[in-house]
Amino acid sequence: MSGTQEPFLCVEDLTVKFPTADGVVTAVNGLSYQLELGKTLGIVGESGSGKSVSSMAIMGLHDPRRTTISGSIRVQGTDLLGVDDERMRKFRGSVAAMIFQDPLTSLHPFFTVGDQIAEAYLAHHKASKREARERAIEMLDRVGIPQASRRVDDYPHQFSGGMRQRAMIAMALINNPQLLIADEPTTALDVTVQAQILDLLQDLQREYGSAIIIITHDLGVVAEMADDVLVMYAGRCVEYGPCKQILTHPEHPYTWGLLTSAPHLTGDPEQRLTPIKGTPPSLIHVPSGCPFHPRCPYMSQLPDDRCVETLPELRPGGQGGSHLVRCHLPNPDEIFVAEIQPRIG
Amino acid sequence: MVGYLIRRIVAGISVLFMVTVATFTIFFLGPADPAAALCGSRNCSPERYMAIKRSLGLDQPKVEQFFSFLGGIFAGRTLQSGGFVKECPAPCFGYSFIQNRPVSVILAENLPVTVSIALGASVIMLTVGVLIGSYAAINRGTTIDKALVAMSLTLSSLPYYVLALLAFLVLAVQLQIFPRTGYHPLLGDGPFFLDLLKWVQGLLLAWLVLGLVMSTSYARFSRASMIEALGEDFVRTARAKGLSPRRVQFRHALRAALAPVVTIFGLDLAGLMGGTIFTERIFNLKGIGYMAVDAVFNLDLPIIMGTVLFASIVIVAMNIIVDVAYSLIDPRVRLG
Amino acid sequence: MAQPATSTTGVAASSTTPLLEVKDLVKHFPVRSAGLIRRVVGYVQAVDGVSFEVPPGQSLGLVGESGCGKSTTGRLITRLLDPTSGEIKFEGTDIATLSQKEMLPFRREIQIIFQDPYSSLNPRHTVGSIIATPLRVHNIVPKKQILSRVQELLEVVGLNPEHYNRYPGEFSGGQRQRIGIARALAVRPKLIVADEPVSALDVSIQAQVMNLLGDLQKEFGISFVFIAHDLAVVRHFCRQVAVMYLGKIVEIGDRDRVYEKPHHPYTQALLSAVPDVRQAQVGGRRERIRLFGDVPSPIDPPSGCRFRTRCWKAQDICATQEPPLQTLVNGHRVACHFAAAPTQEDVEASQSAAAAAAGGGSAQ
Repeated sequence: MSGTQEPFLCVEDLTVKFPTADGVVTAVNGLSYQLELGKTLGIVGESGSGKSVSSMAIMGLHDPRRTTISGSIRVQGTDLLGVDDERMRKFRGSVAAMIFQDPLTSLHPFFTVGDQIAEAYLAHHKASKREARERAIEMLDRVGIPQASRRVDDYPHQFSGGMRQRAMIAMALINNPQLLIADEPTTALDVTVQAQILDLLQDLQREYGSAIIIITHDLGVVAEMADDVLVMYAGRCVEYGPCKQILTHPEHPYTWGLLTSAPHLTGDPEQRLTPIKGTPPSLIHVPSGCPFHPRCPYMSQLPDDRCVETLPELRPGGQGGSHLVRCHLPNPDEIFVAEIQPRIG
Repeated sequence: MVGYLIRRIVAGISVLFMVTVATFTIFFLGPADPAAALCGSRNCSPERYMAIKRSLGLDQPKVEQFFSFLGGIFAGRTLQSGGFVKECPAPCFGYSFIQNRPVSVILAENLPVTVSIALGASVIMLTVGVLIGSYAAINRGTTIDKALVAMSLTLSSLPYYVLALLAFLVLAVQLQIFPRTGYHPLLGDGPFFLDLLKWVQGLLLAWLVLGLVMSTSYARFSRASMIEALGEDFVRTARAKGLSPRRVQFRHALRAALAPVVTIFGLDLAGLMGGTIFTERIFNLKGIGYMAVDAVFNLDLPIIMGTVLFASIVIVAMNIIVDVAYSLIDPRVRLG
Repeated sequence: MAQPATSTTGVAASSTTPLLEVKDLVKHFPVRSAGLIRRVVGYVQAVDGVSFEVPPGQSLGLVGESGCGKSTTGRLITRLLDPTSGEIKFEGTDIATLSQKEMLPFRREIQIIFQDPYSSLNPRHTVGSIIATPLRVHNIVPKKQILSRVQELLEVVGLNPEHYNRYPGEFSGGQRQRIGIARALAVRPKLIVADEPVSALDVSIQAQVMNLLGDLQKEFGISFVFIAHDLAVVRHFCRQVAVMYLGKIVEIGDRDRVYEKPHHPYTQALLSAVPDVRQAQVGGRRERIRLFGDVPSPIDPPSGCRFRTRCWKAQDICATQEPPLQTLVNGHRVACHFAAAPTQEDVEASQSAAAAAAGGGSAQ
């Protein structure tokens, strides 16, 4: 194996394609990132940006008959794209676990919560049903379900939204995974419940030292949770780096757009929002050159249709460090300070 | 639950009451005259005709006729015909003067045949249909899937009576693979094992033909239902937990996919219990369907009416059973 | 920016008579027993005594979490639901008890926009016929002019006027929401109830629709009852904000007061819970007011103050006496026995209360 020094998770040049009747959908295109144990990566993007698809690829949840995946996903040096189905099954739920956006539909309506959590334990441990059930109660208690030993026999519909997501977290963490992928874990929840769930995830991370990938469209969630941020657009990474740097000195016009289009709780409430014009592109006919160019207000600042013709490389940002940005603009930080910063206060 | 059941049964009884009114109206007040049928066409003198009418109570006001019919269901009744007194014990669905027996006795005699056909065919149509459907769903888009779908469409597009008749002529008559079609009672006089063998032997071809043809719609329905279930978020969760594909497919997806199948099955089973006319005729099984057709030819109105009433009782009961079964499968459904 | 909007619609008129005046609005849904006789055993108190006013050309925001009754309130105003009691005065006329027929002229004045742009448009009708339907129903323009009016409306909401022949399925989520807006605008309403109009949309599209709604309000002087769970969205759109909890308004007032100086513990908790981009500047998560437990059932809400079961300030009086909505300063009203601006102590007290509640749970 190549790296004893290699980070816990290394995704390299990951490409995920789905052949459809209308053409090949390239949902993820040349995505690379790393994640250490105990750290949190936030993947941000709008619907169709490829943020969920890339994480499903890590879990091996795509149907191999309908998906082409290339590149590599190395966990502790082992490339997941090369292992057989049975090893991948053992990996899922034990080394890496996942929680989803809608905890109601993500739990089976016909089985009790405890049954479903215990099942996750039994899939990876030789244990009796009684032991698994005890373990499930323990986990429910750990994630803050009151009277866990009684609620363990409830069905999902008898839980509130927040409790369902807690139960999903209990299920995901019952085998003490090193990697937790949370796909929009709080989008379906109310804001006070969202705060409780985010608190819980952070507490658990501190306790178990696991790596977390949190997928969200909400930069606020990223700001509170992530160490690193990866911004995706049309299947590609457009900006990647330390959270603080990306949110205080973003260099990609799309990231600027995300920041200026959302209203905030502070600043001038009357200020007009600056939306990103147009709509996200089709993943079958991705625009040439920089995929963001049809919606980019700064395209005209560059000579000879460069944005239309050439895909920008992912290059180091002006602030140095590990900040990477995929844009042709030579002076993004100047533009940010002059035009964007005043608008986001 | 008990409250729910009582409410449903009360509602069911009111449905049955309306069915009774409707059938009574159609059969007894309609153009067909049971007295004329009974009287025969050759030596029917007006006096004899009137005597029959009187003995049947057909000279009474219509409403009274209806209530004495209705009362008979619960309390039984005594009818007089040409000096003979006919006892029709409860539940009296009517009295067949042509067969000279109460309808309930005739029904009870034919019921085991129909129930035997229905049960055997159900087992085949359910297992074959669900297995093929879910297998096709799991392998969606492959050649196997397409072949199975095409097969089921072809089989179900052929007229059933042609298929059944062909099967009978070729397999039973010509090739003698199923030589002894016909009903042999399961609880006959001989040793149980022998009775069982004869019972199966006599019914097997009918089961296969009826079951396989009906399984095609189950295959298509459970395929669609299974495809939907396989796309559910909770199936993704089950896979993300690291469960084996088989456990994901059968414990998680199939269980969800079967819930709607149960509803359809309940109604189909009710339909089968009401008699399978083609199957019983072609395979010479004297069940309720067979009897009903005979009754139609003989203008034996009491039997027809009794059959209709019996079929509606089965359908109403099946509906309640389906709802209760559904609430047992899906904990979200609370009967209340 | 919004200053001209209010002046063009006539401040003089608005200062005296509100366009919409809701008083003690109540909606209780009966809950029936499961037994043989399905008697009514209780009521879901979805909306329980809500009062507010909306001046012409102004917006009132209704915020709160799921189950607080904000959407039910919106449906009551538009009479998609019939109120149990209370008044809904539209330009002085109480429309709460009008029959469907009497309601018809008011349906033209009060329109609603729904959250889900996918299910609120009939997929089998063309966009043109969807927008033309209210025009026909209310006989607003002569038949011959319907098409040109439809095209005009499409243009107003930023869609291609030539696309009137297309079906909703051919449009993206943001475009469909624009179609819903055009349909609402068709009858030139005075009031639009917008029920979570942007929450199903991506961030960048959300801003487009928000700007469109803002422009329309300025151009046509339409009043809005703007229902949303997103506090930042409501703050951006509405000068007046009402915070709801379990069917009641707990705090209502001027945007600046409610967001800068929230006096109800629930409002404070809500605002504190919103994750904020600016937190990255200080790094990590900020100290926030933490709430414990879940929202209680609206069938059997807590006695006294409904928020008390989750409130770190709760005292005995909160269980016995329902706090009335009291005016603090002009227009800022709060329903709390211990109304006060948030302090650092609130943060600490709420966190230890939450920790105690969690500890209590695991002890069992």
